[in-house]
Amino acid sequence: MSLDLITLLAIAGMALATYATRLSGLYLMRGVTMTGRIKTALDALPPAILMAVIAPTILATGIAETIAAAITAAAALLRLPLVVVILIGVVSVVLLRMVL
Amino acid sequence: MSAIPRDFRQAVLDILPVIIAALPIGLLWGTLAAGKGLSPLEAGLMGVTVFAGAAQFVAIELWREPAPWLLLTFTVLIVNVRHILMGASLSRHMEHIDKRWRPWLLLYMADENWAFSERRALTAPLTIAYYAGLTLPMMIVWTTSSTVGALLGRSLGDPAAFGFDFAFSALFIGILAGFWKGPRTGAVLGASAITAALAKLYVPGAWYIVVGGIAGVAAAAILHREDETP
Repeated sequence: MSLDLITLLAIAGMALATYATRLSGLYLMRGVTMTGRIKTALDALPPAILMAVIAPTILATGIAETIAAAITAAAALLRLPLVVVILIGVVSVVLLRMVL
Repeated sequence: MSAIPRDFRQAVLDILPVIIAALPIGLLWGTLAAGKGLSPLEAGLMGVTVFAGAAQFVAIELWREPAPWLLLTFTVLIVNVRHILMGASLSRHMEHIDKRWRPWLLLYMADENWAFSERRALTAPLTIAYYAGLTLPMMIVWTTSSTVGALLGRSLGDPAAFGFDFAFSALFIGILAGFWKGPRTGAVLGASAITAALAKLYVPGAWYIVVGGIAGVAAAAILHREDETP
């Protein structure tokens, strides 16, 4: 078990950067009323961001990842339990990587 | 039965699938961290303080010895810029939570407990008990699995051989389905996905998350019709 000083500095910086983003949202929207187009836009934020995080993996990694993502999405839209959806995704990516 | 343990228990049940998926993801992250020279203590410390899966994966990709701490801090800031808007959105649903507690709860807002809190707020008031029931199990499992992953290191073998590297994407796809409301959601997802993938290919760093998020939100704003506002 070791703790390197520069590593600690990096971890502290990363943690503070994360806390800053998480806290500033609390003060950003104070007094803003959500209606109409602004509300629609903000409601779209959760799916838009989650999608952006994984887009490079599922669209720009390889054909196996893209097909596996489509299979996973089909399972998710069938409202299967989340654990089953993840399992289907992981198994299909392994199988697809073997054949492709 | 009082509402507090009931909300807490419901949250633990809701987050259980996420935790099961997070276990191999945390192991994988710990393995990668050990490969870059982090000790198990350092890996666990980062898990419990930073507590941001996507940012930690991007950071470990950039990691060198000695740690480029300024670059890492800035990169994590970019990857987590989305948390500003996520926090803004979530704080709309915190009217039943004591003001003094809100900042402390937001410090540990990651993608998954945020997504489930947002979904909860559609049907019931968001309580501290529910939020804690999502967050505590996530923190325990994420920190423990990162530390164990770093301890075992390469002896785990190549995680990609078991498809564990895809578990993170599969988890997000599963969560995304919960936000599906029809073709317009499809337009938001399409705009975000294509823009983010292109940005990842042509723009260095982690800007693709911000760019993709903005594209999705813009698509929603453009497709908005005044008469259909709920």
